[in-house]
Amino acid sequence: MEPNAVQLSGAEILVQALIDEGVQYVFGYPGGSVLHIYDALFKQDQVKHILVRHEQGATHAADGYARATGKCGVCLVTSGPGATNAVTGIATAYMDSIPLVCITGQVPTPVIGSDAFQEVDTVGITRPCVKHNFLVKDVRDLAVTLRKAFYIATTGRPGPVVVDIPKDVTDPNVKIPYDYPRDLRMRSYHPTDKGHLGQIKKALELMLQAKRPIFYTGGGVVLGEASALLTQLVRLSGFPITSTLMGLGAYPGTDPQFLGMLGMHGTYEANMAMHETDVLIAIGARFDDRVTGKIEHFCPHAKVVHIDVDPSSISKNVRVDVPVVGQVASVLTDLLRLWKEQAPAASAVRPVADWWEKIEAWRRVDCLHYDRASDKIKPQFAVETLYKVTHGDLYLTSDVGQHQMFAAQFYPFEKPRRWINSGGLGTMGFGLPAAVGVQLAFPQAQVACISGDASILMCIQEMATCKQYNLPIKVILLNNGYMGMVRQWQEFFYGSRYSHSYVDALPDFVKLAESFGHVGMRVERPGDLAAAMQEAFAMKDRFVFLDVVVDPTENVYPMIAAGKGQHEMHLPPSLSERELA
Amino acid sequence: MRHIIAVLLENEAGALSRVAGLFSARGYNIESLTVAPTDDPTLSRMTLVTTGNEEIVEQIKKQLNKLIDTVKLLDLTEGPHIEREMMMIKVRAEAGNREELKRLTDIFRAKIIDVTDSSYVVELTGASKKLDAFIDAVPKGLIVEVVRSGPTGIARGEKGLTL
Repeated sequence: MEPNAVQLSGAEILVQALIDEGVQYVFGYPGGSVLHIYDALFKQDQVKHILVRHEQGATHAADGYARATGKCGVCLVTSGPGATNAVTGIATAYMDSIPLVCITGQVPTPVIGSDAFQEVDTVGITRPCVKHNFLVKDVRDLAVTLRKAFYIATTGRPGPVVVDIPKDVTDPNVKIPYDYPRDLRMRSYHPTDKGHLGQIKKALELMLQAKRPIFYTGGGVVLGEASALLTQLVRLSGFPITSTLMGLGAYPGTDPQFLGMLGMHGTYEANMAMHETDVLIAIGARFDDRVTGKIEHFCPHAKVVHIDVDPSSISKNVRVDVPVVGQVASVLTDLLRLWKEQAPAASAVRPVADWWEKIEAWRRVDCLHYDRASDKIKPQFAVETLYKVTHGDLYLTSDVGQHQMFAAQFYPFEKPRRWINSGGLGTMGFGLPAAVGVQLAFPQAQVACISGDASILMCIQEMATCKQYNLPIKVILLNNGYMGMVRQWQEFFYGSRYSHSYVDALPDFVKLAESFGHVGMRVERPGDLAAAMQEAFAMKDRFVFLDVVVDPTENVYPMIAAGKGQHEMHLPPSLSERELA
Repeated sequence: MRHIIAVLLENEAGALSRVAGLFSARGYNIESLTVAPTDDPTLSRMTLVTTGNEEIVEQIKKQLNKLIDTVKLLDLTEGPHIEREMMMIKVRAEAGNREELKRLTDIFRAKIIDVTDSSYVVELTGASKKLDAFIDAVPKGLIVEVVRSGPTGIARGEKGLTL
């Protein structure tokens, strides 16, 4: 401790710690337990506070900011309902390993446990959906706890950390010396960095002997900033690559070696290649059930290499032959070096030619086929038009459902951190507030939120936030009047009994947007769509809500039904059986 | 298979609930769990007994290690180790069976630590199976109350599970 350290209250310590962490934005909503903190925020201008309209929006906005920038997102909510409203967003970040520090107010320490006004056991409620959480009972622990929170959230496998702060801990009248502990060491937390070289060599051996190899990569490549290294390795090896929903953009989506997304709504070529591969190289992916389908049928012929920073991801769902625990970027650096030393030069150009022939045949099935001549706007057409109008240069956030899958299938992302969606938790309402975080991070960039008529209503109040901060986000609403994905499952598996999946009494979205002070537009004919999108994106300083009326009966294909093997895909009905053989 | 796992944890509020919550959230079996601070008051030592196939136990250990409060972990089952559990058992000890219960206590090298006209409290320490055997040996109908600590364990040899 420096002898002449500055004297700060708990609330001032919190704000100063955020400044010392380089925090640009705090997304929050005030309330009784955090009023001391809000007063301290008022008296400075280094950290900008963004007022959302619901605490769920605060967490998603901080999350969207984190996904787009790679930095830690920060949100601030009050005790009780503030904290419980934040839980959905915290769980969303947890499932997708997003670095987030969520500061929650708590009732004063003397009344904790007395069922005080706006008291909940925040640490207890959030425990199963955080990487770690803290209750700070003494102002002298505050600075070090905040340093720990940022350190834990951003290192190893990232994740959300909740810091619960009772109101008396931020008392403006209790001042203590402030000294931010920059060199933090924790004896109980040592995230892995480098992978074991022996294991990496084993992985290389398998790759060099492979006849039908494939890379299967996930969100870990994005989180681990390993996109460039992955691209190098994939190109050097000549192997095909498929990606999970979370990994899209880590490898250029338009590259011929990219087979598209795999899994439940993955491409035919990606899933068939997974089914027939002899060496699977999984990188920063976690063998989620939406990827594997029925485990017994998953990659039945494959030796599996798995590179991941989290040891508990290894052999959790699928048995792994060569585990490599380490930071993806560090492991790929080693693997690339070894590949260059050992791989025969000839393998630089598509070494596995007959494997590629097979893949190209699967590709010719054209599994994403849809009716382009339809007089209704097909959702696939809407996404393709969005791609053309934005020239692929877009930050695209998404809600959850059919529109999310169509976007993943039809909008190829060339760069990481451009595709921002809730993959693990599947949180409807994520897209709009996430776009708030993204647009603040990149004020000059084109940011759009693709959504459905059901999802958008779950956090629609954030249109007010967009107005307050003049965020020129474009909402592309694929409006089919249904909870499309629920309707699809009911059509396939429940005898077309559409139980409560029809969204009766939708608002007039154009007027709704206008009432928030934004521009609303509605498109009903395919021929008008491109022009409408161009008009929307041309309004560079306006939030535009584009209500696109799409074919209500369209389904997402291909589809692997839950519990089926990855080779048992439903293809679009427009493709005849004959074409498949 | 049964595994006995020793964990050194930061002696923080809530550390125990993190472990208990982990087991319920992931559906792991937990047979017993004991915890107390060590000679270093900043550390708690937990012993837990669980069952599952090798893959599940491997996941349990990884998930325990992943908890931020976990400092070190050792699966005692992987090597030679000593396991002890303590039991206090209250038995009806009336004129007709006082002597037999006293003999049984001696045979098991247990101790009588409380006596009334009609009851004994017997204290017994040993491997869990020995405690089971004592319970089985007490004549039917005489057991009033059983309290067991759950097993704790330590590895044999000179190495210790310390910082």
